[in-house]
Amino acid sequence: MPAFEIIEHTADIGIRAFGDTEAEVFENAATGMFSLICDLEKINQAVSYAVEVEAEDRETLLVEWLNELLYLYESREVLLTSFKVNSIGDNSLSGMAYGEPIDHGRHDLMTDIKAATYHMLKVMKTSTGWTAEVIFDV
Amino acid sequence: METAMNLTEVSPWCWEIPKSGNMLVPGRVFADRDFIEHAEQEQALDQVRNVACLPGIEMASLAMPDIHWGYGFAIGGVAAFRVEDGIISPGGVGYDIACGVRLIRTGLLADEAVQTVPDLIHELSRSIPAGVGRHGDVRLNHHEMDQLMVKGVPWIVSRGYGRSEDIEAIEDGGALEGADPTLISPRARERGFAQSGTLGAGNHFIEVQRVDEIYDPAAADAFGIFKGQLCVMVHSGSRGLGHQICTEYVKIMGGASARAGISLPDRQLACAPIQSPEGRDYFAAMACAANFARANRQVMTHLLRQSFEYIFKSPAEKMGLNLVYDVSHNIAKFEEHDVNGVRKRLCVHRKGATRSFPAGHPDVPDKYRDIGQPVIVPGDMGTASYLLKGTKTAMSESFGSTCHGAGRVMGRRAAKRLIQGHELKARLEAQGITVSAGRTSTLAEEAPEAYKDIDKVVEVCHQAGLSLRVARLRPMGVIKG
Repeated sequence: MPAFEIIEHTADIGIRAFGDTEAEVFENAATGMFSLICDLEKINQAVSYAVEVEAEDRETLLVEWLNELLYLYESREVLLTSFKVNSIGDNSLSGMAYGEPIDHGRHDLMTDIKAATYHMLKVMKTSTGWTAEVIFDV
Repeated sequence: METAMNLTEVSPWCWEIPKSGNMLVPGRVFADRDFIEHAEQEQALDQVRNVACLPGIEMASLAMPDIHWGYGFAIGGVAAFRVEDGIISPGGVGYDIACGVRLIRTGLLADEAVQTVPDLIHELSRSIPAGVGRHGDVRLNHHEMDQLMVKGVPWIVSRGYGRSEDIEAIEDGGALEGADPTLISPRARERGFAQSGTLGAGNHFIEVQRVDEIYDPAAADAFGIFKGQLCVMVHSGSRGLGHQICTEYVKIMGGASARAGISLPDRQLACAPIQSPEGRDYFAAMACAANFARANRQVMTHLLRQSFEYIFKSPAEKMGLNLVYDVSHNIAKFEEHDVNGVRKRLCVHRKGATRSFPAGHPDVPDKYRDIGQPVIVPGDMGTASYLLKGTKTAMSESFGSTCHGAGRVMGRRAAKRLIQGHELKARLEAQGITVSAGRTSTLAEEAPEAYKDIDKVVEVCHQAGLSLRVARLRPMGVIKG
């Protein structure tokens, strides 16, 4: 099974992520989101950020996690390529994100993602593991 | 027409979705037969119906002919809620708060500038930061940011960006009242302010255009527009500031909807009563982003005047670089409307729809008062954009609203699969259109094939009377983010 696949919509775009554990599905959703922004292979792991988010339920936690990463991307002007969720519960998540400052000479930025939305949002346990779906406003 | 929703044909240009289930009002879609079939296929009409279930909605949940599937609210949607018992929803405005267009006219003849347009596009792309992750030269401290968010364009003009006569040609005089910067989180500030004076990416653009058709000579004359004229159109929004404000308030309002006992068919419709603390705070934060977006377009106007001066070696005033109008198409506003003969104060949400006020309306600038508000509708880069005027019919039928653009019919990736960016660039250049894009592959996402036919969208609005054609503008040069 792939780590994630792209969901297509007329105006917007989304990610369907897969994982053996809930932590992994959150990591793969983040990887999928940044794969829309830049070629992940061109991003080195030179800086890291600790990320803590809280929310009232699992779905909101996914949106919060992704929006936190978008905030880091825009405000710190960094591209992120690797993600680690250290602990996750129904209402909180603690993890790390790794990447490097944007270098317009080397990094070809493809898509401007405004936000992860709640539209058609899903985080589900399946017979084979976990699946998450999220639509972005681009 | 046989449809799953039992649509009723009100006129060839208007269809009604009858009230059913939890709908408080019917849905009404301004469209011809093709557009309505397309909207139904992609389930955008379900979204029109969902909005009709929200508390305090007045008359009908409306959609313009450029309707397409959005998240929560459809793009091209208009909904008005009573101030007393209605709601306000960040999803009904969108992430790019006060995204909009401005049209700048010149006294130059397009034919005489043809040879210069490539140099002009090059200079504009050099002086105005565009594309993903680019930031601008306008750096403001915290206090200055607050001033800009409260006072909008008049403040940025006082700082030397533009001229005082620009202000009256901007919706709300460039400053929406009620903005409260104390509600703007440090995160929203961080995301927004590095990007002041930048174009952004996606469908945002700057176009150098030629006026190629005049439909209404009297209105065109009042707007300072003539056939063969060189104009510039800027399409941009509130950048990271608006995105972060919307992100934060969709979350806050998820809780607020539940507390108010509002059951949501879709979480992206999260909303709060207009009179609740969350509702009031959202409006005050949204107004900050609206003022930022207008000021942002003003900064770009200043930069483009400088670019014209550099390229044409003449002062901007002498070249007649004057603002025709600036109007936002993602916004919520408090307005008064007559509904069945009763004057009501409503919170009108326009998400991918443009205000279209008639002659005589006090919110139309003095100089256009006898004509109607200029409505600017940007098309896709290979075809055309339009200048229209607002109407009385729009006041009675659509809370003074009309379309905002062509509206997508094809996903971005589908467009990229079908169209090669470099082929598209070559094709546009063969049509005499100079193209500057951050990346040629993203250019394909915005290909004309990915959009509805703008001529038809504008035609439906014209026939339905929501706006009337004044002039058509064809692109000569395009800068895409």
